[in-house]
Amino acid sequence: MVHLIIELSKYLMIILFVVYVYKCFSYFTDKDYYEQDSILGTQLALIFLIHFLGYTALFFAMEDKRTLLGILYLLQVGLFILTQSLYSVFYPKSSRLVLNNMCMLMSVGFIMLARLNTDTCMRQMFFAAVSIVISLFVPVVVRKMKVLQKWTWLYAGVGIACLGIVLLLGAVTGGAKLSFDIGPVTIQPSEFVKILFVFFVAAALRERTDFKYVVLVTIAAAAHVLILVASTDLGAAVIMFVVYLIMLFVATRQPLYLFAGLFAGSGASVVAFKLFNHVRVRVEVWKDPFANWDNGYQIGNALFAIGTGGWVGMGLTQGMPESVPVVKTDFIFSAICEELGIIFGLGLILVCVSCYIMFLNIAMQIHEQFYKLVALGLGTCYIFQVFLNIGGVIKFIPMTGLTLPWVSYGGSSLLSTTLMFAIIQGLYILREDEEEEIERQRARELRKQRRRVRYDR
Amino acid sequence: MTASGRDYERPDHRPKRKTSAPKAPARKKKKSINRNRDFAIVTYFTVFIFVCMMGYLAYFNAVKSSEIISNSHNPRLDAFEDRIIRGSIVSSDGKILAETVTEGDSSYRNYPYGNVFAHVVGYSSETAGKSGLELEANFALVTSNAFFPEKILNNIKDQKNQGDTVVTSLDTVLQETAYNALGNNRGAVVVMEPSTGRILALVSKPDFDPNTISETFDALNADTTGASPLYNRAIAGQYAPGSTFKILTALAYIRQNPNYNSYTYNCSGSITNSGVTVNCSNSTAHGAEDLILSFANSCNSSFINIGLSLDVNEYRSTCEDLLFNQKLPTPLSNVKAKSSFKLEEGSSAAEIMMTAMGQGETMVSPYHMALITCAIANDGVLMKPSLLDSVQNYSGSVIKNYHSQEYQRLMTKDEAAELTVLMKAVVDQGTGMALSGAGYTVAGKTGTAEYSTTNKDLSHSWFTGFSNVEDPDLVVSVIVEGNDGNISTNAVAIAKQIFDVYHSR
Repeated sequence: MVHLIIELSKYLMIILFVVYVYKCFSYFTDKDYYEQDSILGTQLALIFLIHFLGYTALFFAMEDKRTLLGILYLLQVGLFILTQSLYSVFYPKSSRLVLNNMCMLMSVGFIMLARLNTDTCMRQMFFAAVSIVISLFVPVVVRKMKVLQKWTWLYAGVGIACLGIVLLLGAVTGGAKLSFDIGPVTIQPSEFVKILFVFFVAAALRERTDFKYVVLVTIAAAAHVLILVASTDLGAAVIMFVVYLIMLFVATRQPLYLFAGLFAGSGASVVAFKLFNHVRVRVEVWKDPFANWDNGYQIGNALFAIGTGGWVGMGLTQGMPESVPVVKTDFIFSAICEELGIIFGLGLILVCVSCYIMFLNIAMQIHEQFYKLVALGLGTCYIFQVFLNIGGVIKFIPMTGLTLPWVSYGGSSLLSTTLMFAIIQGLYILREDEEEEIERQRARELRKQRRRVRYDR
Repeated sequence: MTASGRDYERPDHRPKRKTSAPKAPARKKKKSINRNRDFAIVTYFTVFIFVCMMGYLAYFNAVKSSEIISNSHNPRLDAFEDRIIRGSIVSSDGKILAETVTEGDSSYRNYPYGNVFAHVVGYSSETAGKSGLELEANFALVTSNAFFPEKILNNIKDQKNQGDTVVTSLDTVLQETAYNALGNNRGAVVVMEPSTGRILALVSKPDFDPNTISETFDALNADTTGASPLYNRAIAGQYAPGSTFKILTALAYIRQNPNYNSYTYNCSGSITNSGVTVNCSNSTAHGAEDLILSFANSCNSSFINIGLSLDVNEYRSTCEDLLFNQKLPTPLSNVKAKSSFKLEEGSSAAEIMMTAMGQGETMVSPYHMALITCAIANDGVLMKPSLLDSVQNYSGSVIKNYHSQEYQRLMTKDEAAELTVLMKAVVDQGTGMALSGAGYTVAGKTGTAEYSTTNKDLSHSWFTGFSNVEDPDLVVSVIVEGNDGNISTNAVAIAKQIFDVYHSR
């Protein structure tokens, strides 16, 4: 009986998730406002349904945790309802597609974490609630504080200082340490410096893009990346590098910079490969995780998990995701594929892509260069982290040790991603404001003209 | 910085738009489209990367995953058996070699042939673990490719699905013949098809009963009598090759002396070099011999004479071409198979003399001799040895076929033909004459490997060869431990029984 419920909920979750993903993309093709509204409504219903099915399976499978699961379920439903309603009350103009996707990804994360460890799930939910509350203040700041685009070197200074302190403290305590415990919370500064970095580059390149100035900005950007490499935070280093290249390319419209950057990047990779043992180990593991099992067992186990799950997965609680090291953070995607199936995993990737397309859509529709670049930078930052994480887990690329935004366990990751999301919501609202402004302008001009015509008569 | 870029990025275009009334929005829109081209490029590029990644994930699951998850490090395979009835292993002639029998709530693994297939089919037991094909084909056995709706129905009913059937290349008739022919002797038999690399029989003795392995495993494993019944002698056994090694010495000579046909030697029954004297078998003086006769007579003196004339480094590289000192291809990946050839620059004359006639430190398995013989019988090309023909679902639909493939060329076609001439002579006029006169032709090499340093009469008996010389169809390699010169149960006699059965069909 329990098995039947798990199996049924699994197949239903897959089918509903596929429908959700389909809706994500039909949103872009359907330009009719009412159509879009109904799509978003359906999505919201699907989120609650999938979340419910997941918890139903867990409720039947994990007999000793039923009370806790019930509490978790109700709290999470409450959190989603609250998030959706707060945003629609305070920011009726915000993008509901992005809001839905955030809730969807979070709920998948909640289900997987509840299955892996209910305490972790409880903590994650707390982080999520705090992040969302903080994020509620962000759009209004973005909207009102025009001065944000003037603080170019302040962003760079604070960012480099934060990373520098991490590096120094890491060196003092010995070995790589990327996070710090402040009370009950662990903070990983590089997660937040990413956002500062995007603001720095956007502010710097918003009006001046002459060669000398670009060199200056590049030096500051390189400082960020090099400090991260020195503190062995390779994932964040790669992300900032790529974000800078893309922003530079779009701001200057010079493909030459892009090629020069890619060339320098390849050179740097070769140097890093020769210089650092941990880089070599990761590349070797990527080539063949089974050649040296002591190093490769992490990726190897992730591949076992994904491969054993197959297209439709083993069903919640039916796999062995706990055999994969750090499955709650970096390797959560392998657990999802193992128990919910690769079809679900592919859907998850598509949800992330649809988020990204929406981010870039917003970037394209805004008129001010600074905001355009911020949306582009944050969007790139987000999607590239998804790429590095999932690509690493499935051995498409070497592992870089990053979390899957909104899905993986981790307060810093959750808060920084939610902040990025809130900033982009702010930009979306800004864009709506711009549109309205233009409309109003047009109407005023029209009125004026009519009046002039009347006077002329 | 391009001029156009500066045009577009001037932030002062907004105020301009405000002042220049109705036309402005239209112009702004055009610019905006232009400016957004780079955003679109970035978006398309990113989406392209993601499509590649998703394609890779799908490809991984469809193509690569079955090999990866069958890795023994995967803890999930054991869990598979909780939901799948372990599939059957069958022979190429359709007989069941291993099956799971369910009685009520309990089930056990049944091996209808008992000891006969013990080493090659192996066992699967909760306490003793897995070996042989039970281990090698484990993933296929615990995977169910039953009809999809049936699987879902079983899932819903909470019933186990039936695992897939593994069809082997093994032939029960040949396996039983080899098994019975070996009798109570320790030893091993390998029977292969040279044109495909399929292994038709693989026997190792002493053996055990896989049906009772759970109870007997500890005792079998603790065996200290030297019988080592769990040990797969056919693949992992390490024996002095005896005179069968003259195949390699002859090949090295042929390679180093293009005019090998003019070789002559006058055998007086023994040879002495550097103070070491070696006798021919029974001290027989073979008289004047060319290469063919030396080989047919298995003349130690002549082959020591040849060995002493060889360039040691080239001798070694010839042996390494024939897979000595390297990992052998094996269809049972957990059985270690490696033969050793120890001669090198500076080896003493005595070592070279012993090695050339197949004694000394050279070690080889019957399986390796079978591979070399397969290459000779197949124009110099060794086909990849295999034990699996196909995987079928339990109702008989083929899921996967294993096709024969070339492993490596070990020698040229001419060299293979020359060795065939030598081996044919062994049967026609030499030490293997017991195999002549049957309704089929045989080419082969016999061997007698001494294993006691004090008593020269104690010896293992070797044979390796193939039948139907014009178009070779069957390779047989046999070792009988401690045969000590008993003609009726020696390796040639056993090989003859197998050839007879094969050709009487």
